[in-house]
Amino acid sequence: MAATTPQNAGLSAVPSYEQEQSQARFDALIEQDSRIEPRDWMPEAYRKTLTRQVSQHAHSEIIGMQPEANWITRAPSLKRKSILMAKVQDEAGHGLYLYSAAETLGTPRDELNDQLMSGRAKYSSIFNYPARSWADMGAIGWLVDGAAIANQVPLCRASYGPYGRAMVRICKEESFHQRQGFEILLALSRGTEAQRKMAQDAINRFYEPSLMMFGPPDEQSPNSAQSMAWKIKRFSNDELRQRFVGMIAEQVKVLGMTLPDPELRFDEETGRWIHKELNWDEFMAVIKGNGPMNSHRLERRREAHREGAWVREAAAAYARKYENSEVA
Amino acid sequence: MSSNTWPLWEVFVRSARGLSHVHAGSLHAPDAEMAVRNARDLYTRRNEGISLWVVRSEDIITSDPDEKDSFFESPQGKDYRHATYYKASEGVKHL
Ligand SMILES: [Fe+2]
Ligand SMILES: [Fe+2]
Repeated sequence: MAATTPQNAGLSAVPSYEQEQSQARFDALIEQDSRIEPRDWMPEAYRKTLTRQVSQHAHSEIIGMQPEANWITRAPSLKRKSILMAKVQDEAGHGLYLYSAAETLGTPRDELNDQLMSGRAKYSSIFNYPARSWADMGAIGWLVDGAAIANQVPLCRASYGPYGRAMVRICKEESFHQRQGFEILLALSRGTEAQRKMAQDAINRFYEPSLMMFGPPDEQSPNSAQSMAWKIKRFSNDELRQRFVGMIAEQVKVLGMTLPDPELRFDEETGRWIHKELNWDEFMAVIKGNGPMNSHRLERRREAHREGAWVREAAAAYARKYENSEVA
Repeated sequence: MSSNTWPLWEVFVRSARGLSHVHAGSLHAPDAEMAVRNARDLYTRRNEGISLWVVRSEDIITSDPDEKDSFFESPQGKDYRHATYYKASEGVKHL
């Protein structure tokens, strides 16, 4: 230890003049609420955080197609079927916009796909719950897409340019997702006793998981502060959850249904919504892979990838042939 | 080219007659024809466009981001290139 010369000790620890300049430029851009673009210098931790967040977001869109795709063949009418197909197709598009944004940070698409299919990457735990009835299509659209929208609208202003631009496109498309879900529930709520029951049951099952989509409470979300300082995130998990629960508390009245939360009330004094204690142990278990559908969802994703292999190979072979003939 | 590394393409969409093509995003595709088809499915599902361009990302030449200050400094301080510089004629009609 004593042998370490001051020069040696300083080599890795002290940033160079150029690094300091780059950091200062980066900080100034964040401070001015400007955007960071792919070829700008950025701190390694910023790049890593964003790569993780954007790719997890992409994986969620892709896995999120499954619970709904599952109901396409059983939609109750041709119109509902067309709507559901359009929605699932949108989610595929969202996944692709986001993978493109993640790639601009330097991780290739194959690597991102591999992270998902090998089970190393996380995605939103909400998609590890089964979609048991047609009413679940309603509850997913209203509550799951609704929570996603509440989360995503502020991300349109995320400091990383490609992420923000992808989110703008996504948010434009999301609004129909929530409405179509709400209208499925509305139709059921005006139906028979059995249909009303089915709708209420779907709401009961998706209420709590949708509130947990905003992530753990602020005091248990250690990375949030840094993300907010980098202006990736604009509001805390609890703030967004508050906003969302307040909206659905009103909307559920239009349905003539209830939210499965006897403790839910608006507290005039604090100006905040009080809701029941959420089951974070379950949330953590599902994130870690022990939800009811985790292995099924991943296996389905791998299967789709395997089954598409011949298409990818054929397209590549065709492209090769065409390229050669063009050169010749 | 291996089957799992399709090249990256940049997509430009003309949203209406009279407007320029504007960058919409990027995608992977094995060749130009597939890139145009994928771009249609990915970026124009809601009548967002009446014309598409795709170009291989690697074929785009860009200015050097590290040089941007010196590269773009020439217009600085030349505010006489803007109409707002000319104050003496303020209030003169149709000028
Ligand atoms: Fe989506
Ligand atoms: Fe959606």
